[in-house]
Amino acid sequence: MMAEPVVPRPDAPKGSASGNTPLWEVFIRARDGLAHRHVGSVHAADAALALQAARDVYTRRGEGLSLWVVPSGAIVASDPADKAMLFEPTGSKIYRHPTFYEVPDEVGNM
Amino acid sequence: MYTQALNTPFGDPEDDDAERTARFQARIDADERIEPNDWMPESYRRTLIRQISQHAHSEIVGMLPEGNWITRAPSLRRKAALLAKVQDEGGHGLYLYAAAETLGVTREELVGQLLTGKAKYSSIFNYPTLSWADIGAIGWLVDGAAIMNQIPLCRCSYGPYARAMIRICKEESFHQRQGYEIMLTLAQGTAAQKAMAQDALDRWWWPSLMMFGPPDSQSQHSDVSLRWRIKRFTNDALRQKFVDATVPQALHLGLAIPDPDLRRNEATGHWAFGAIDWAEFRRVLAGDGPCNRERLATRQRADADGAWVRDAALAWAAKQRARDRQAAA
Repeated sequence: MMAEPVVPRPDAPKGSASGNTPLWEVFIRARDGLAHRHVGSVHAADAALALQAARDVYTRRGEGLSLWVVPSGAIVASDPADKAMLFEPTGSKIYRHPTFYEVPDEVGNM
Repeated sequence: MYTQALNTPFGDPEDDDAERTARFQARIDADERIEPNDWMPESYRRTLIRQISQHAHSEIVGMLPEGNWITRAPSLRRKAALLAKVQDEGGHGLYLYAAAETLGVTREELVGQLLTGKAKYSSIFNYPTLSWADIGAIGWLVDGAAIMNQIPLCRCSYGPYARAMIRICKEESFHQRQGYEIMLTLAQGTAAQKAMAQDALDRWWWPSLMMFGPPDSQSQHSDVSLRWRIKRFTNDALRQKFVDATVPQALHLGLAIPDPDLRRNEATGHWAFGAIDWAEFRRVLAGDGPCNRERLATRQRADADGAWVRDAALAWAAKQRARDRQAAA
């Protein structure tokens, strides 16, 4: 994994001839049976060029069998400031894990 | 993953908050990674933007001295390897620009700083590649020094930079080996080939040592960068590590390192080396190296010559979008 997806600053011009080429996030399936995984980003004018750029930049050494490119602006993310509110409550819910429950040894694996 | 709304704007007044800065430093001290939308002091952000973008520019400008020899490589094997290496450098530049963009700058801004001469890049790329042996010396010494610099950056406190460096380091090791193989072939060749290899070592040795930056006593950014764990070792420590690793490799080639003061300290096991000409370093960094103007002019020309391609691609994309909208209506 490498560069994080981020959309250009709000004041940056987007996609005009004198401005910036849109940003895309790149995901690679390393081999069949695995999920696509985020590897970085590329700039490209459209989806076909984004795929081409992703292929050139991120798969020079047999890194994968399938590529996804997604417009960076299409990603909705949680705010890091909400980390505690969103994720800490699960810390106390230990009864969601199998090890919380006691099963006699003689019953065997369950 | 991050959205536009989450990007901290530059100059946030909160940034000077002593309490937040202390909390930030505590995270660094605990060896936590900082991610793009986490709060960070403005100076940390600026330092990283400067360092990562200079690193990216160095990869891009670094394509030029080697690109100079692609059409004249002595065999198809060498040519294919050199092409792959130069292509890697382009890729490394792009990974790094992407990492810098997570800090709230655009690649266009950063490239603009390079093209106007405002941004610096590694001074080593302002030296010319005069013979084929220079391609060997660059792979062996310049990429060797770069790897020495970059391996500790894989543990840099800023997540996106560290992740880019992991990928880059994985790809770089072929660069150094292909360079050393070129040197070995020349060193074992005819007297003229061996002399060519020696000449390349003579010219690239000192500039390679300068790649680690000014001595610790003069380095402006070292202290802060170490405290923030952007850097893990000082310039002088890395330089010494490089010399210790490289001298035995030169001995194996049967080539002489152009330093009469070079000798092994039996007590420490380190190789002591002579004084570096820092005046030359500053001169090249300030723009007066052998190739500064040529390098910048080449990048400016590439940017200007490629403008119509970028414009055409954007115009085509806009036209396709308009057609899709019409078809949907």
